[in-house]
Amino acid sequence: MKRKFYAKPLDIRGGRVDMTHGSGGRAMAQLVEELFVAAFDNEWLSKMNDQALFGVESGRMVMATDAHVVSPIFFPGGDIGCLSVHGTINDVSMSGAVPKFLSASFVLEEGFPLADLERIVKSMAKASKDANVPIITGDTKVVERGKADGIYITTTGVGMVPVGIEIAGNRAKAGDAILVSGTMGDHGIAVMASREHLSFGSSVESDTAALHGLVAKMVECAPDIHVLRDPTRGGLATTLNEIARQSGVGMLIREKNIPVRGEVSAACELLGLDPLYVANEGKLVAICGADDADAVLAAMKVHPLGRNAAIIGEVREDAHGFVQMETAFGGRRVVDWLTGEPLPRIC
Amino acid sequence: MIPYVDEFRDGELARMLAKKIAAEIDPAGTYRFMEFCGGHTHSIARYGLADLLPSGVELIHGPGCPVCVLPVSRVDDAISLSKHAIVASYADMMRVPGSNSVSLIQAKAAGADIRMVYSASDALEIAKKNPHREVVFFAIGFETTTPPTALVAKQAKAMKLGNFSIFCNHVLTPPALSGILDSPGAPLQGIIGPSHVSAVIGLQPYARVAEKYRIPMVIAGFEPLDVMQSVHMLVRQTNRGEARVENEYTRAVTPEGNIKAQALMEEVFELRESFEWRGLGQLLKSARRFRKEYSEIDAEVRFSIRIRQVSDHKACECGAILRGLKRPHECRVFGTACTPDNPLGACMVSSEGACAAHYSFGRYRTT
Repeated sequence: MKRKFYAKPLDIRGGRVDMTHGSGGRAMAQLVEELFVAAFDNEWLSKMNDQALFGVESGRMVMATDAHVVSPIFFPGGDIGCLSVHGTINDVSMSGAVPKFLSASFVLEEGFPLADLERIVKSMAKASKDANVPIITGDTKVVERGKADGIYITTTGVGMVPVGIEIAGNRAKAGDAILVSGTMGDHGIAVMASREHLSFGSSVESDTAALHGLVAKMVECAPDIHVLRDPTRGGLATTLNEIARQSGVGMLIREKNIPVRGEVSAACELLGLDPLYVANEGKLVAICGADDADAVLAAMKVHPLGRNAAIIGEVREDAHGFVQMETAFGGRRVVDWLTGEPLPRIC
Repeated sequence: MIPYVDEFRDGELARMLAKKIAAEIDPAGTYRFMEFCGGHTHSIARYGLADLLPSGVELIHGPGCPVCVLPVSRVDDAISLSKHAIVASYADMMRVPGSNSVSLIQAKAAGADIRMVYSASDALEIAKKNPHREVVFFAIGFETTTPPTALVAKQAKAMKLGNFSIFCNHVLTPPALSGILDSPGAPLQGIIGPSHVSAVIGLQPYARVAEKYRIPMVIAGFEPLDVMQSVHMLVRQTNRGEARVENEYTRAVTPEGNIKAQALMEEVFELRESFEWRGLGQLLKSARRFRKEYSEIDAEVRFSIRIRQVSDHKACECGAILRGLKRPHECRVFGTACTPDNPLGACMVSSEGACAAHYSFGRYRTT
């Protein structure tokens, strides 16, 4: 029946996105059906309505949205597709919620290869299936060549917060323990290395991953976790400063306890960057009462995404809201907000 | 993996060195040392060195940050150049505000074609790829970045590209040292000398400074243990009343330096009679410009750029801070009107500047 409706199937291998794919006509319907609906493959999307209808349990919901504009779109360890699924699932999960559904909105540049689009969409479909969070509604727009950088994907997610869970950025209290779920800076260095064609002799892969499984395990063992956040742009340093500001507290972290891969610190050394400011896409920061810290750490360590988890410091009272660090060298310094863009130094 | 990095950041060794320094300090003596380079300033701040050093030792952050000392007018010039050409710049320069607080990053947002490059040869590549556009490399830096600029200038001249030029802002380290030591103010007991610069120019240029001003100097690497070790060497010289140049950075610096690089700089550049340094004013024979033979790739000639004087912000105390007369937090605008996100003065513009380092890493300390 589909074949009759369209003269010939999409030329995925050699075709390119053109203006008709966003015009609302038959070409667009074909792109949506043969690519998106086929790949995402779920009962809501295949109804082809402008919205998805779903029932909800009573309780509290969270909603989060995230636009993805990464360049290059394919990088070691992932691509813009799986990143856009993981990113929003993680934003939803950092409230302790169980993510339920996603939407996806595409801005495509005229001339974008359909083969690349298919690869991205398949990567999204796999990420969403692996996470068990279906993409149930979406939108596609095409802009003229030169008006976008290939492809932008915005995803929105909703999730249900279990009863009794109160996780928020303003709940860090003096005395709380600060934990991270693994090595810092992998994603940023993977992307930067492929962007600048830097070959370090070793390949750092992006850590892009959906963290809701890890969060579920953590919340199960310690329902009173105070804060969860994924240190994406701006890295660990920026995330800790955000939390310190929201909660009106200071923090003290210990450099020697912060896990960083050897390849990542080597790359940072070369580029004049600080791994604490480099982005992650599959890691979280947790802040919980000191009494819960060991249990949370143990729960993280048995999960594959928390194997390298560590307690890195504690929350303290501080009128200035400074995040300070005991350096591995034995001194102390402020770990400040990121200023501007992280730019390599020349000297 | 980079080997031999952790060895120079060993906290245990640092504590041992700190004990030695503390034991050798004369409680009645003064030990005010200036670390000349921004690289040292960054290292001191990033590793929290001040916490390890005994209170008798005071480190003053010097002017050795090429981004910080570049006068505002030259940033304005680079921004004007971007109206006619693709301007290729090192990343450090991108955020530095010009006289209307417009930086290269903002000019880029407003439509100028400004590209961030990692080296002078990257800029040359851009010129090769864009034969129909003018491409200008915004060359800055001390003797570390000067030889690569010279090399690219030679290559470009040989290639007769026709669309590539270099806006030369290379400056020299020894005149800046003299400039600081000539200016009135609290005396310094020693200088932690440049590391990478010295690998190029060697030790000789400093010997004259040490002798003339009777001041001990130790050429030191940028790793935190290098800095600790050089402080120890300076304390010893001070105690003995010596004033000579010592080399702590023997793994990279030889007495004669890199002769080839020196010859290359000499071949391509000549000294300007005088050049303005942000915070330090006019310093004689402190900067380079292209020799006549290179005028075809000299952006100053090609685009008729004239040197102008633009004064710094009135409230800015960078001059006093660069000379070690004031500490960053003693400046009225520090941390209020002047922050790394909105820098008014030289010392706040690069992470290697004295004020930016103090703001980003050391603000919890008020002394």
